[in-house]
Amino acid sequence: MVESSVNFAKASSAALKDPQLRANFRRAMDGLMSKRAVQFADTAEWNGVRTLAASVRMRALSKLPELLEQLEANCTKNGIQVHWASTTDEANAIVLSIMQRVNAKLVVKGKSMVTEEMHLNAFLEQHGIESLESDLGEYIVQLDEAMPSHIIMPAIHMNTKQIAHLFKQKIKEAEYTEDVAQLTDLARRVLRRKFATADVGMSGVNAAVAQTGTLCLIENEGNGRMCTTVPPVHIAVMGLEKVVEKLEDVPPIISLLPRSATGQPITTYVNMITSPRKPGEKDGPREIHLVILDNGRSNVYADAELRDTLRCIRCGACMNHCPVYTKVGGHAYEAPYPGPIGKILVPQMEGLAKRGEMPHACTMCNACVEICPVKIPIVEIMGRLRAEAVHPGNAVKDAGARGSKAEAMVWKGWSTTYASPTAYRFATALLAKLGNAAPSSLPLLKEWTNVRSKPRFAARTLHDLAREKGIPDV
Amino acid sequence: MSEPQNSGARNTILSKLRASRDAHPVPPVASDFTVLREKRWDPAERLERIKRLMEAVHTEFIEATEQDWPAVVQDFLAREGARTLLFAPATPDGAALAKGWTANQPELVPYDGEVETFKERLFDGIDAGITSTLGAIAETGSLVLWPTAEEPRLLSLVPHMHLALLRADQLHDTLWQVMTEKGWAAGMPTNALLISGPSKTADIEQTLAYGVHGPKRLVVVIIK
Ligand code: SF4
Repeated sequence: MVESSVNFAKASSAALKDPQLRANFRRAMDGLMSKRAVQFADTAEWNGVRTLAASVRMRALSKLPELLEQLEANCTKNGIQVHWASTTDEANAIVLSIMQRVNAKLVVKGKSMVTEEMHLNAFLEQHGIESLESDLGEYIVQLDEAMPSHIIMPAIHMNTKQIAHLFKQKIKEAEYTEDVAQLTDLARRVLRRKFATADVGMSGVNAAVAQTGTLCLIENEGNGRMCTTVPPVHIAVMGLEKVVEKLEDVPPIISLLPRSATGQPITTYVNMITSPRKPGEKDGPREIHLVILDNGRSNVYADAELRDTLRCIRCGACMNHCPVYTKVGGHAYEAPYPGPIGKILVPQMEGLAKRGEMPHACTMCNACVEICPVKIPIVEIMGRLRAEAVHPGNAVKDAGARGSKAEAMVWKGWSTTYASPTAYRFATALLAKLGNAAPSSLPLLKEWTNVRSKPRFAARTLHDLAREKGIPDV
Repeated sequence: MSEPQNSGARNTILSKLRASRDAHPVPPVASDFTVLREKRWDPAERLERIKRLMEAVHTEFIEATEQDWPAVVQDFLAREGARTLLFAPATPDGAALAKGWTANQPELVPYDGEVETFKERLFDGIDAGITSTLGAIAETGSLVLWPTAEEPRLLSLVPHMHLALLRADQLHDTLWQVMTEKGWAAGMPTNALLISGPSKTADIEQTLAYGVHGPKRLVVVIIK
């Protein structure tokens, strides 16, 4: 059975009509872009580190199976238990079985996009386990029973007033205030109690080092360190592409990720975890588990061109620079990963039947490609996925799912017309005369005009005008 | 431990990756670290840069000498009204601190048992914590910490104020240099940390706020 497709056009037109939402995004994205630009003012430095970071990611992908095995062996040697999951269901089951063994009632979570892929919170709640987001943005979004709208700043779609109302409504001891410091302090007080009492802490992984079996996490708030240090059990989940070969491969990633993401030279904390609490040590989890998740990534890896998608270090800069994302916001994509990276990653993970619209939500302006710190050819991959969506093949799940006879006929007609000068002249002359009279509701034309204004045809064709200037026909 | 290790998934994933890679191998990729190797600052510049970058994110600095730092720290905390200071009694710095402390004001609290034995006090009854560092990094303005059995991880995280001792002759250029020159890859500790300021967030409408989950204040004690 083909899953019903997600309607981006519909969700985005609702977003476009929300002036508050558009203002929130516009302001935030403008700020992020200019802060990032300041960090990369030295072009030679940017080019050098970027080339290095891209090479680190490409080298990791060139040896991916071996590095994953090496990572597993070194983690195991260090006392970190490694688990593998082909699907999000398997990953959820692994997490749940660990929680049930230790009789966990409360889990505190650091920010992790992979757990968004897994819909882990909902899954754990179904099994009677409270799963609490502790990154402030994620906490806000969870209180609001919504989804993150940005991979780095999950609550970026909301302004202070909206968050102030939410806190007042959802947190017992909250007084209404629009003072950001006071709102932050309130969250601090609520969440500290939770860190102190949680049975399990969860986190994502920014980079896992095969050479040493080390998990690297970066963050500003300290909640990531809380989740990975205070509870007796730490479970980290990672997509299988997050591995790097050597410890020295980590600095280039850390050098680019925070600067690209938020325009800060480095995050407040860089947290490198290599083992659970050793005998004699006084804190830290007694158990660490690493869940390595596939969820479609091995399919992405199978295609030599699409494979580049897996270089991504999830900095979110492509979102910040995307003219489409900035206007419609993150929720319109209805996916764990919005924006340019989402438009190429999610269709490959979830299939083109469900996500075939996503690669079309792109103007191909190339802004994301210019700033991507690991040089992913996002727009080329976007084009490739558009083609995959209409041509049955075996590279991407549900390739060909969006092929339609009508569209194929239009293209056939287009190519025949363009191949014959007579047909071409006849067609353009006809459109110049009658094109403007055609109602936008005509079948096919409607597909274009329901989200765009109808193009106006000039009264005379370009050929006509050129001839008048004495330029001969070929 | 009884969780399934999912060797089924493991083997499926690895053999699929291997088959794909062998079908479309990527030519070996070399990495040129010159750009990181060449990031150097004059030793005199390093401290200035570290201060500038860290002060930009609300880190405070006080200066002391190898002889007087315990007294300088005590004066500072008394002025700030701190009632308790958590410390690591079994480290050389911890021993020096206890030795130089007078009148137990603020109260020195040793972190000498497993966290489970005093979690409540740690979260609710401690104003400040003090740790040593392995130096700092000029490029990004970051302290390097390797917590140990004697100097536990939460010392630098849970107390509202974190004081960090930084010796002025332990300043490095970049993270890459520290880890390659000191041979980190040969033996990573349980936890290695970079700390570049007090805890912060901009998750509410891009407005910076300090002290969201970790320390609200980071005070670097430069020992010259
Ligand atoms: S695709 Fe590039 S710019 Fe976008 S999140 Fe990934 S690394 Fe960042």
